[in-house]
Amino acid sequence: MSDRSSGNAESDKRYQLIDRSMKRFDYQKDALLEVLNTTQEAFGYLSEELLGYVSDQLNVPLSQVYGVATFYHMFTFDPLGDHNCIICTGTACHVKGSNLIVNALSEAFNIDEGQTTPDGVFSLKTARCLGSCGLAPVVVIDGDVTGKQTPETTLQRVREIIALSAETTQAEHTRSEVEA
Amino acid sequence: MDFSKLQELAQKERERQEQYKHRIFCCTSTACLSAGAGATHSMLEQSVAACECHEHEVEVVATGCMGLCSRGPLVRVETKDEPDVVYQRVSPEVALKIVAEHLPIPPDDKDDTADEEGDILPHDFPHFRASLRKAQEQKGLEQYVLSLDHPFFTKQVKVVLSEIGHVDPQSLEDYLAHGGYQALAHVLANMTPEDVCQTILKSGLRGRGGAGFPTGMKWNFGRLAVGDTKYMIVNGDEGDPGAYMDRTVMEDDPHRVLEGMIIAAYAIGASYGYLYVRGEYPIAIQRLQRAIRLARRRGILGSSVLGTNFSFDADVRIGAGAFVCGEETALINSVEGKRGMPRMRPPYPTTSGLWNAPTVINNVETVASVPPIINHGPEWYAAIGTEKSKGTKVFALAGQLRNTGLIEVPMGITLREIVYDIGEGVSEGHTFKAAQTGGPSGGCISADYLDTPVDYENLKKLGSIMGSGGLVIIDDTTSMPEFARFFMDFCVDESCGKCVPCRVGTVQIRALLDKLIAGQGELDDLDKLEKLCKFVSAASLCGLGQSAPNPVLSTLTYFRHEYEALIQNKTNQEAAAD
Ligand SMILES: Cc1cc2nc3c(=O)[nH]c(=O)nc-3n(C[C@H](O)[C@H](O)[C@H](O)COP(=O)(O)O)c2cc1C
Ligand code: FES
Repeated sequence: MSDRSSGNAESDKRYQLIDRSMKRFDYQKDALLEVLNTTQEAFGYLSEELLGYVSDQLNVPLSQVYGVATFYHMFTFDPLGDHNCIICTGTACHVKGSNLIVNALSEAFNIDEGQTTPDGVFSLKTARCLGSCGLAPVVVIDGDVTGKQTPETTLQRVREIIALSAETTQAEHTRSEVEA
Repeated sequence: MDFSKLQELAQKERERQEQYKHRIFCCTSTACLSAGAGATHSMLEQSVAACECHEHEVEVVATGCMGLCSRGPLVRVETKDEPDVVYQRVSPEVALKIVAEHLPIPPDDKDDTADEEGDILPHDFPHFRASLRKAQEQKGLEQYVLSLDHPFFTKQVKVVLSEIGHVDPQSLEDYLAHGGYQALAHVLANMTPEDVCQTILKSGLRGRGGAGFPTGMKWNFGRLAVGDTKYMIVNGDEGDPGAYMDRTVMEDDPHRVLEGMIIAAYAIGASYGYLYVRGEYPIAIQRLQRAIRLARRRGILGSSVLGTNFSFDADVRIGAGAFVCGEETALINSVEGKRGMPRMRPPYPTTSGLWNAPTVINNVETVASVPPIINHGPEWYAAIGTEKSKGTKVFALAGQLRNTGLIEVPMGITLREIVYDIGEGVSEGHTFKAAQTGGPSGGCISADYLDTPVDYENLKKLGSIMGSGGLVIIDDTTSMPEFARFFMDFCVDESCGKCVPCRVGTVQIRALLDKLIAGQGELDDLDKLEKLCKFVSAASLCGLGQSAPNPVLSTLTYFRHEYEALIQNKTNQEAAAD
């Protein structure tokens, strides 16, 4: 694929991860799911180019790659925002009011579950059971899992994290301006 | 490597452990981690290091789930010749108190530049020691001590979870020191595959994946099936949203899963196996992969298992989040790298499964029950439980209860004991409404049936199923039609779309529920709902569709008044408007 030759070093490294995964399975067609998993891990999402690359390399029709990728919930086809919050909507979390947390965040950022804010800063996602049901409701903010949440605690934490990184960016921006 | 070599390793590890005066176990499984166990564990390690104890005074072990997740992080201190103490809600501050309680804190004039290695620099020691002294003065550790006489612990019988919370899941030596791989060694040395099947049949073990099929019988089908290559698959997909039994077993005792799997493989004559694990469980995947690597290195997997001429190897396959992939034929498609859609049965996987070869699929908990059955004998296992449901069942107890967590109870225990003794009832000011078992394929059981002994037959009679072990308790704050809708929403999303009754039926059921919840329902809608549910049950291709109506049907049976109230409201409003 063109993306590969024109890709920068960073992207090349990630392609190497995909290649390694395919090699591990001897380029067998039944490794498709594993390879897609690695691809998503490396890039964070599956772009059309990446699906094409996997299809070429494994010699599986693009339609089949696409069919498999869209069947499973774990694959996403859009990049995530800079920050993200995953709210568990499994049974235990549901009966403890996780939908209220989803609603609060969705309202505060004006996006639906599964969407990213237009400025690419924040994504709101849901998951089915994170396996900490004893501490329901459970949310994951930028990879950190916490239990016993309320709409208020989650919203506050998300706002803090976004504000913090905005400050850092701002500070860097000012510094580079001063330096210039 | 033959087993005597492994036994030497086990002996060495046991001797190493016995030298310690204190062993501090910190739960680092998922639930405790989300309650902050990471910080607790590192505080334990750092403050213990700062005590600069003699060699063999103390060891900190990261271990698995101790069960009472709602009170996490949990820490257990084992002191030689003294009873164990378990602490609850151990924040880093409490961790300091624990260390100060059990270890001598050295004076600060000691030479701090001593040859100390590790993450923490010796010049930090005075700082930690100051904190330890302060913690010691503050006292108040008693309130964190968990009484082991509590019914939460005394009502449980641990067969599958016996080593979890004691064993270090990352260490093969520790598993061996706890008697690991003894069952496998015994099977390979003294039993024929037929003996193994007979033993499991005699134990009465039934599949823990939900349906409760007798495991010994399934293995016999696998054993007698004709094929050059056979496969053994362990189902770790755990699709029930609200349950984490299999996850805990895979994460916290991965070698146990592997040992059970290898015994099963020997019984059926499989040469290769897959552990199919949900992608949402990265730690389980990592730990199983590590366990496989270590087992291969020690000759527990490979061309000559424990030095015998039995050959078996295994690999992990990662699922990508589709509920239906827990269904065995869909799982097989997924392992083959395809869309996870179910196949028609028959032929059953034991005749024609993975790549059309005979394949046995068992749930994680099923295979994890096997080593203790071999070690203690089938009679021992069959003595636990009820007439038709033997042994123990692990439940993920969650929802509106005081104590939530992971429990293992003998079959035949009543729901009342689980809810009121183990769980200590629903929270203050609320009343128990229902117990939901079996997740989206199961049903809701009302307070009238709390005294029913829990086993496969009874739960089925009540319109629910045992399922894989999700047990969600709900109180009067949850509306049952809304709860039924929650599950139907799940099934609509998860229906793979292959067969029409499930694909279209679930959407129609949800629409009817929406109409009722919105207060637009008519009197005959309940009949319609019931008919539709029965149709979807009867006509769907796989278990997903066949059981999808269960949450609706069971709530219609036990909580019909809530549905009727929705309609009544509407009628009243109309009357008022007239
Ligand atoms: C929709 C659906 C989902 C299932 N999900 C699981 C699952 O997550 N884990 C599991 O072990 N079995 C699951 N099963 C049951 C499996 O099909 C299969 O019966 C089981 O893995 C056999 O193992 P056992 O005999 O040890 O129970 C599911 C079945 C259906 C119909
Ligand atoms: S239901 Fe939310 S963690 Fe299990």
